[in-house]
Amino acid sequence: MRIFFHFGRYLLLLRQLFKKPENYQMYRQELFRQMVAIGINSLGIVMIISVFMGAVTTVQTAYQLVSGLVSRTIIGAIVSDSSILELGPTITSLVLAGKIGSSISSEIGTMRVTEQIDALEIMGVNAPGYLISPKILAAIITIPMLIVLAISLSIGGGIFVGDLTGILSAQQFIEGARSSFLPFNVFFSLTKAFTFAFIISSVSAYQGYYTTGGSLEVGQASTRAVVYSCILILLSDYLLAQLLL
Amino acid sequence: MIEIKNIRKAFSGRPVLNDISINLLPGKVNMIIGASGSGKSVLMKLMVGLQQPDGGQILYDGADFVQMNRQEKSEVRREIGMLFQNSALFDSLTVEENVLFPLKMFNPQSKAENLKRVNFCLERVGLTNTNHLFPAEISGGMKKRVGIARAIVLNPKYLFCDEPNSGLDPLTSILIDELIREITTEFNITTIVNSHDMNSVMEIGDKIVYIYKGNKEWEGDKKDILFTDNERLNQFVFATNFLKQFREKSRNL
Ligand SMILES: Nc1ncnc2c1ncn2[C@@H]1O[C@H](COP(=O)(O)OP(=O)(O)OP(=O)(O)O)[C@@H](O)[C@H]1O
Ligand SMILES: [Mg+2]
Repeated sequence: MRIFFHFGRYLLLLRQLFKKPENYQMYRQELFRQMVAIGINSLGIVMIISVFMGAVTTVQTAYQLVSGLVSRTIIGAIVSDSSILELGPTITSLVLAGKIGSSISSEIGTMRVTEQIDALEIMGVNAPGYLISPKILAAIITIPMLIVLAISLSIGGGIFVGDLTGILSAQQFIEGARSSFLPFNVFFSLTKAFTFAFIISSVSAYQGYYTTGGSLEVGQASTRAVVYSCILILLSDYLLAQLLL
Repeated sequence: MIEIKNIRKAFSGRPVLNDISINLLPGKVNMIIGASGSGKSVLMKLMVGLQQPDGGQILYDGADFVQMNRQEKSEVRREIGMLFQNSALFDSLTVEENVLFPLKMFNPQSKAENLKRVNFCLERVGLTNTNHLFPAEISGGMKKRVGIARAIVLNPKYLFCDEPNSGLDPLTSILIDELIREITTEFNITTIVNSHDMNSVMEIGDKIVYIYKGNKEWEGDKKDILFTDNERLNQFVFATNFLKQFREKSRNL
């Protein structure tokens, strides 16, 4: 029963985001601030994990394909396809759920328990609109970009490590990657990226917005934000695969 | 003018306010006093619409705030300034940006004019040279001042203060009280103050309403409060000996 309560309240909160902004310029400024906080400030971690993701996948795929019967180029195909389809969007989003989800939820949660949200409401500002919609919009704009970057770096990491350790040459890798490349996979991957970006930002904002109590509850809310975002990312990952593949 | 009529509120079946009716004095400091947990903060939240009452009316110049839609409420709220118990300043903004925020949101005039207004308000509450500090970098008393500056920056008709001197030392409390009183008369604001501090009541209360366990137990002005027959109010007022002695002295005059 609790799940229906939360889902209903989540939808009602989302509906409030569509009210007309009191002042477009202020909302736009907030959007840019959030794009920096969500997008630019996540560049470092996304770059590190994606290079390693590709590198490790290359080494492990080579380890599993000891048979001399298959061509080495297949490693390039496997690494690039799994980077595009799964590793890039899903692993990156799970990491971002931890980083962005917890910060969105604790920022909004702190504003709730210290009555800053009430202060906004008293001024006549639509608090969900001003606080949440720039965050969701910023996430939907920047997270897919981060994911495209993650996919490229993951493939790059694979090429680099494959060449370095002599598993396969860069040429062979790219040949394999090209042979299996499907434009549809990129579309599928971006669909995931937008979905996950929306899940991370909206679920975390919901958790923060309905925090009650004090700093202890703010911490609990941000833990819940991360856990629920991750579960929903994996669930929708599965559903999208069922629907679109 | 604000009138409160037959306001009721319960939380999950437990009544917190029962049938409260109050006429607030326009242009004066109206104080709502009562013990901790008596329902003062809830009453204030109902008056500004942060919570919905279960029944009753809250009339702003005759229009029922409870029944208004979001847009109409928003318009009434632009005439309301509120000082929160813990100041509720925006942590991510500096002192100046905090006070500037309502102006930027609702007052489409030039940046220079807005800044002039901000500096006027900050000076009025006695803050200079703190414009570029963050809330974490200033003291509790200064936060209250910034909170007051932010509350009055849009020239409100009504000022709500929830426990303006909680967490302050007695001297700073008096300064904040005096500031509230001065601002009320200077800008002709109708002010509503929640408090359980009898010093503040004697200092600034023009009209006093005593809430006891969610009921309006007494209302009157501060001259009457010392000589009331109301048992419960007496217990509240004379919880400290200081005022008891004060009463004895004034009786003997
Ligand atoms: N959101 C809420 N949900 C449930 N109960 C609440 C809620 N807000 C207040 N209460 C209850 O209402 C009663 C009155 O609370 P209120 O905060 O108005 O007291 P107060 O008079 O302001 O006290 P204090 O002087 O300590 O601030 C308390 O018993 C409190 O537990
Ligand atoms: Mg209170």
